[in-house]
Amino acid sequence: MKISYYPGCTLKNNAKNFEDSTLCSLKHLGVEVEELPRWNCCGTVFSFATDDLIHHVAPIRNLIRVKESDSDKVMTLCAMCYNTLKRANNRVKNDPDSLEKINNFMDREEVEYTGDVKILHLLELLRDEIKFENLAKKVVKPLKNLKVANYYGCLLVRPKEIGFDDLENPVILENLTAVLGAEPIDFPYKTECCSAYQTVDKPEVVAERTYHILTSAQEQGAEVMAVSCPLCAFNLDHRQKDTLRKYPEFKNVPVLYFTQLIALALGCAVEDLRLDLHYVDPKPVLKEKGLI
Amino acid sequence: MRINISRAKIKDDFVAKVEKISGQNLLACYQCGKCSAGCPAVSEMDILPNQIIRYAQLSLKDELLKSKSIWICASCLTCNSRCPKGINIAEVIEAIRLILLRKRQDHLRVEKLTDEQKENLPPIALISSMRKFTS
Repeated sequence: MKISYYPGCTLKNNAKNFEDSTLCSLKHLGVEVEELPRWNCCGTVFSFATDDLIHHVAPIRNLIRVKESDSDKVMTLCAMCYNTLKRANNRVKNDPDSLEKINNFMDREEVEYTGDVKILHLLELLRDEIKFENLAKKVVKPLKNLKVANYYGCLLVRPKEIGFDDLENPVILENLTAVLGAEPIDFPYKTECCSAYQTVDKPEVVAERTYHILTSAQEQGAEVMAVSCPLCAFNLDHRQKDTLRKYPEFKNVPVLYFTQLIALALGCAVEDLRLDLHYVDPKPVLKEKGLI
Repeated sequence: MRINISRAKIKDDFVAKVEKISGQNLLACYQCGKCSAGCPAVSEMDILPNQIIRYAQLSLKDELLKSKSIWICASCLTCNSRCPKGINIAEVIEAIRLILLRKRQDHLRVEKLTDEQKENLPPIALISSMRKFTS
């Protein structure tokens, strides 16, 4: 299997652990990943305004790159890229007038876009194309006794036409972590917003939200949290510093990308996990469980 | 808090502008309060999501444009997904923000970010904040 891949900005920086662990895992699963040439930032957020087309140019330009590489399907890892690309695509697909205006604006592009690229999140690729039962066969190091709280945040599940699982109670990550041999933990804050970009000018709001999300998972016995968005990862991991300042009794929780858990279970080298990029060190708990 | 409601205010073009930019029908709201019940940001808000819709219906422009709430909403879309009337509340809040941003009244002051902030924040945080909070 071969798939076009759109990384997005943060995957090449702070979230290198997300990218490296994914690439290693997909290699083990026999998937050939082809990074899009000349991709650009998708804009990270979808613009809601009815009269704002300029903010859809960046995501649509990336979809043109997909067509140029003779593909009609692209995979993303970042929840924000996934949401933005897919929503922008839906907007032009359902609104010929917007599509025409955007195409006219990008008249130097050689491909005239028609809205026909399929945007896939890695989780969909794993569930629907590779299939979890095939993933299970490749597990060489089951994540035995590791209690994982799976956090979805907002953009994988909302709005409904974008999400690929139940809006209020998604289970795809729980099903995945169970396949890896870990013990998924249910907790009520799994789709609660982490405050996203408020982290720039209101970090105290994020620290508060992080406290509630993480302690809720801890109360259910979670030892680590799995995430799929680099902004959630930053807020839930790096902002624990601010959380601890506000709540001195707070106990740190390591936050990992779900792909780092896959990479571990499939036998990738520990270097592919890039555990050095975390604020709360996940190594002690992984060592305790005999996983590294 | 004292609020003055008047016919002249309601006829102001603010209501029409919010409806046009957001693409939402404000009068569809029957004030059930589900949006505010599910909103994770209410503890930081001065006007709750259901109140924002009510204020917008009545064209309480000044109250909305100076409210903290419009900058606290991070568009998580929990309100939208639970509204029994199908109103996209986050879109209404974005329209109110845009009325200010389109007059170049930025909320995020990029020039005031410290070198430390710029160095430590991931690109995804800076870009999304700039996109939603600057003109």
